[in-house]
Amino acid sequence: MSVISISDLSIALPRGADREFAVQDCSYDIAAGEILCVVGESGSGKSMTANAVMGLLPEGVSVAKGKAEFGGKDILTVSEAEQRALRGDRIAMIFQEPMTALNPLMRIGDQIAEVFEAHNRHRPAERREKALALIREVQLPDPEKIIRAYPFQLSGGQRQRAMIAMALALEPELLIADEPTTALDVTTQAQILKLILDLREKRGMAVMFITHDFGVVAEIADRVIVMRYGEIVERGNATEVLENPQHDYTKRLLAAIPSGLVGQSTEVAKAPALEIRNLEKTYKTGGGLFRERRDVRAIDNVSLTISRGEVLGLVGESGSGKSTLGRAVVRLVAPDAGEVIVGGTDLAALSDSELRAARHKVQMVFQDPYASLNPRHRVMRALTDGPIAKGVPKDKARARARELMETVGLGADAVDRFPHEFSGGQRQRIGIARALAMDPELIIADEAVSALDVSIQAQVLDLLRDLRTRFDLSILFITHDLRVAAQLCDRIAVMQKGKLVEIGPVSEVFLNPQHSYTQALLAAVPGGGWGQAAE
Amino acid sequence: MTLWKRFITNRGALLGLAILIAVILVALLAPVLYPRGPWAMVQRPFLVPFTTDGLPLGTDTLGRDVLAGLVYGARVSLLVGLVSTVMALLIGVPLGALAGFYGKWVDEGAMRFTEFFQTIPNFALAIVLVAILEPTLTSITIAIAIVSWPPVARLVRAEVMSVTKREYVDAARLAGLSNMHILIRQVLPNTVSPIIVMASLMVATAILLESSLSFLGLGDPNIMSWGFQIGAARTVIRSAWWLSFFPGVAIVLTVLALNLIGEGLNDALNPHLARKGRS
Repeated sequence: MSVISISDLSIALPRGADREFAVQDCSYDIAAGEILCVVGESGSGKSMTANAVMGLLPEGVSVAKGKAEFGGKDILTVSEAEQRALRGDRIAMIFQEPMTALNPLMRIGDQIAEVFEAHNRHRPAERREKALALIREVQLPDPEKIIRAYPFQLSGGQRQRAMIAMALALEPELLIADEPTTALDVTTQAQILKLILDLREKRGMAVMFITHDFGVVAEIADRVIVMRYGEIVERGNATEVLENPQHDYTKRLLAAIPSGLVGQSTEVAKAPALEIRNLEKTYKTGGGLFRERRDVRAIDNVSLTISRGEVLGLVGESGSGKSTLGRAVVRLVAPDAGEVIVGGTDLAALSDSELRAARHKVQMVFQDPYASLNPRHRVMRALTDGPIAKGVPKDKARARARELMETVGLGADAVDRFPHEFSGGQRQRIGIARALAMDPELIIADEAVSALDVSIQAQVLDLLRDLRTRFDLSILFITHDLRVAAQLCDRIAVMQKGKLVEIGPVSEVFLNPQHSYTQALLAAVPGGGWGQAAE
Repeated sequence: MTLWKRFITNRGALLGLAILIAVILVALLAPVLYPRGPWAMVQRPFLVPFTTDGLPLGTDTLGRDVLAGLVYGARVSLLVGLVSTVMALLIGVPLGALAGFYGKWVDEGAMRFTEFFQTIPNFALAIVLVAILEPTLTSITIAIAIVSWPPVARLVRAEVMSVTKREYVDAARLAGLSNMHILIRQVLPNTVSPIIVMASLMVATAILLESSLSFLGLGDPNIMSWGFQIGAARTVIRSAWWLSFFPGVAIVLTVLALNLIGEGLNDALNPHLARKGRS
């Protein structure tokens, strides 16, 4: 018995969009107790169907044809009032970013009770009891306290649990989860996935799980739908699709995933490109008249070295201090103590003007391809500003910029364009070219591929690998994604709460982790089992 | 779509632009239209509008042509509005930019200084300044600039703070560019749109302020302005309504035009924030 059955659904985009339909002739159904994963890259239209079902289509986007039968009715054509009654009650949805999906000024308990109130369930006194029971069910710690907490007082994973509690409040038959774990750390992600699996078991609800991550698919899906450009290109049982994909696109997607296959790291024993000695950084917050001072040790006595031509992966969860470490090396963050030695000079000890002259030694590739390029400057300017400030003659800098654009695969003519004319992956290539333009001794890549789709991610990783062999680059590669780290790095350093807990060759760290935190991290990688063709 | 194309799809903004251009033309052509100037007595006083040929808006208490006064008043209003806004920007933008960019004690100092001005009511401060400096066109313009820069400084500070956190600014730092270079070449150009919008609205406010000052008799006595016309006519408002009505309409139209333009610019510069329903 299918809970929802969607047939021939087409969703029209407003005129002037890059294609006519966001979703075209899409049909599928989900049975009770089944988890269907809708997989695709950004822009594939994977979220649109869910939005149509929930009546949440953005302005200008409308259903062109097709039906979505739920409980014997076509929910695409029912009145707004009926739709509202369905929402929350029989169909519930959880979102990617729990911080923005929760009302920041309302206590968690009140937000859950509000769902009952909106649907006129229970008496006010009972609502609190029910809310408490739900909070217990989603395994939030200390329910009595959580019910009175505000969203900002919870961690990301706890917020997502609270969202799930809200979604489950009225025992929906269908739960739509739109990338619910994308914003979370691996270990938290693993917990949330397990929670969804448990709840499915217990309540027998149907789950539509929208994701871009095949690892997650391997973890929880019963059936899979792969979408591209608004069309379903492949469908089938999870194991079938993952192990024996039929469509080329699925094959490419799966091939693009960093496989977890650990390569033997090349032996590097040259002079160090970077030497960090006993680096410390403490953030102090509060300390006012009424609040106690809170110290957060973002970098806690970290020492490490990166050899010439080596790629060191720095992994850890959010808040582990890995980004702060990267920024401290280039002194975008001033370290409290310790030395950062690049090419014989201690960057941490330089004065401001000396530092400006030494900046070119270490360059950075940033995470957000949309924020890392000045929207008002042409690419040429982004690539030449630095070298010119360093003293390179203008003509030379310009010629070099063209050459570099060729190197990163964008073509020399692209220098005259503005950043908004490029896609995310292309912008990231420009970011890499900008770093290379300074002829640095070390490049720091801070989550440089995290914001990209898997296939684009694979291309940028290929580029980095290629550049590395061609120019003998030393890279500090900061990432939260262990699979990506395994692909590119020679050695891995694991950080937890500002401390370096483990460092060693990739194969050692991945196959024979020593520290308990590293073991937990590795165990939490979704789909770890099917990709791990170790050795 | 280009800025101009987005701007002209907004009908209100186009109307505003048309009115403003008309006012500017009238102001520029004033000496050609009325070579004798606004102060000349041309007929007997209190002529009712639309009754005498050549004097469509009638005459005032001293027999001066009301329309001539309006035409010359347009020059004063626009001049004061523009010049005082430019001056306010010259004070507010650098102060706000430095405060937002350097933060810490620079920010503290600049903002406490700004608050010092913000705590005194605008109009009261303007009156005091004009009274001290004696009322001339220059002193009125300076007074208006002095009371209207604090919001600019706060806006620029907030914008600069948000842009400075962007990664391309980090990248510029890593490229070894100097702080001034980063602030002027990388940060400020990205804060221009809200400043433009605010400036267009400030011109409107400045015109209102100048009119209010003139109305109270604190205007430059040698210059015919809209506010002066209304102020001079307030004693006869029941017997000769047109003397205060037409300058009032002129003020309303000009201020409305500037507000429409400001709003149109806002929508055109921030297409994502534009109100929904307009495609």
